[in-house]
Amino acid sequence: MFTTKSGEKIFIVDGHVTLWDGSDENIKNRYGEEFIKCFYDYHKLSPQEYIWPYKKYQKYSEEDFEQDVFQNGYVDVAIFNPQFLGDFYYSGFSNVARNEGFRKKHPGQVITNGYWDPRNEEVGLKQLEEDVQRYKWPGVKLYTAEWKGDSKGWKLTDPWSYRYLERSQELGLKNIHVHKGPTIRPLNKDAFDVGDVDEVASMFPKLNFIVEHCGLPRLSDFCYIAAQEPNVYAGLAVAIALIHTRPRYFSEIISELLFWLGPDRILFGSDYALWQPKWLIERFIDLELPEDLAAETGQITFEAKKKILGENAARLYNIEIPGRNESGAQAGSQKPEPAASVA
Amino acid sequence: MICVDRTEEVWSALSVVTDPEIDESVVSLDFVTDVKVASDSRVEIDFRLPTYWCAPNFAFLMASDMRDAVAALEWVTEVSVKLSDHFSADLINRSVALRQDFRDAFPGETDGDLSSIRRKFLGYAFERRQELLLRYLVAKGQTPDWFRRALLSELMALPLDPEGISLRNLYLFTMRRMIPGGLQESLAFVTVNGESLEAQDFKAYLRQITGVRRTAEFNGFLCRSLLTERVKRMGETGDKGEGRSTKDDLSANGER
Repeated sequence: MFTTKSGEKIFIVDGHVTLWDGSDENIKNRYGEEFIKCFYDYHKLSPQEYIWPYKKYQKYSEEDFEQDVFQNGYVDVAIFNPQFLGDFYYSGFSNVARNEGFRKKHPGQVITNGYWDPRNEEVGLKQLEEDVQRYKWPGVKLYTAEWKGDSKGWKLTDPWSYRYLERSQELGLKNIHVHKGPTIRPLNKDAFDVGDVDEVASMFPKLNFIVEHCGLPRLSDFCYIAAQEPNVYAGLAVAIALIHTRPRYFSEIISELLFWLGPDRILFGSDYALWQPKWLIERFIDLELPEDLAAETGQITFEAKKKILGENAARLYNIEIPGRNESGAQAGSQKPEPAASVA
Repeated sequence: MICVDRTEEVWSALSVVTDPEIDESVVSLDFVTDVKVASDSRVEIDFRLPTYWCAPNFAFLMASDMRDAVAALEWVTEVSVKLSDHFSADLINRSVALRQDFRDAFPGETDGDLSSIRRKFLGYAFERRQELLLRYLVAKGQTPDWFRRALLSELMALPLDPEGISLRNLYLFTMRRMIPGGLQESLAFVTVNGESLEAQDFKAYLRQITGVRRTAEFNGFLCRSLLTERVKRMGETGDKGEGRSTKDDLSANGER
């Protein structure tokens, strides 16, 4: 819970957290090393006092997580969105069994999503069924830029991906978090294209597609798609980290998202341990759009902030917000209208 | 003996090469780390990118654009462009040296050359620059009606201050690349598809292309931040691009 200066409580759901292991012992090859180092460069967008030494950043403890997210970070419920990266790390960058252990330690505070990779074809589909039975995942994180053997990525519209999406729907994996990353074949096309989200969102209207990093670096393409597809959501991870170093840019991004998607389809995510929820939330609560932006899209309201910080994710994940008995009842089945149409 | 003037000429030639995604010069983005001119007029260019994973298609485009821009200098006998610290550096370097097509660099991973992606990003650059010019001219009192009807010759005839001239030049530079050929009597402001703005709600159109510009700026900022951290982390010393790396705005593109 975050308590405002005037005493109002805000329920916080962090829509994107990880317990990762990028330690030297777990690194398989140069790619694994470059990956965690690149992550560390992103980490440096944090305010100085929140920057960790590299060694700690490679592998932090569960106690670090508890302290940074639950105790200091105001977070009531944290949603794990794991990345496997089995070609880079021996036991995976994220490990779903470890996540499950952590969830059991924190009943009601942790939601663990899983992942699937369509390139595992039939075997992976079976594995998915077993995983869902074992871990009761309510959703998955899809990392289309993941390397696997010779493959440098995949598309949501690949034939096997369709089969996995169909099975996800059958298994009740309702919330599909998609990280839109580069290096997708064919390489000569725009690899950051969010167009495949458009197609599958139309084909699977019962699934929610939470596009992490709101489609960056193709924010405007993402906005046009999201405006047309009511089951497409924006995950603020990465974008919100700019609130410290470039508040003006972040204001432009959030005003753009509010214009095209409206306040009901934007989800806060710290991407912990890339960034800590504490400072992100504190700054977001204080955010006021500059006058020229506010004139175009309206000022961001306190109600909108509350939705983004917790209520929207609570609706998608059936999380009960204390003191609000009706919350979560619709389980994301109510699709808000798009805030604007492209036409 | 290294010829200083010639080195400067190479830097200047490189400054018109842009990162397609950000629409800024590879020089102002600090991607180019070193330029060497040998006594036999061979040129060596070193460059790097903000992450080990930057999209190889963009890396290839930039490398081959740099090669071509420098090879166009009259005195240059040979150009070698070397990308470092990138997962596909070897493939890209070899292919650019052999003047191969992108398809040859990554056999089986493409289904064509890069011309469509080049066109797409030229379109983004066009919209981004048009938006900056439109906003500038709106602030100077031009009306939506004027934008809908103005001919290129009228845009050229507008008396502008240096900032306005720079924005106009940047816009026209991209427009010429998009629509080659004589344009004097054509409309000054058209959509990326070459259509007139007659049917457009001007405000909505401006909002749409503003999104394109914001995306590019956001990417530019992220690239700069990541590159800065990467350079620090790698403990790089003696950065040859010093003094060229801080220009932060469109005017640093060096296009005239």
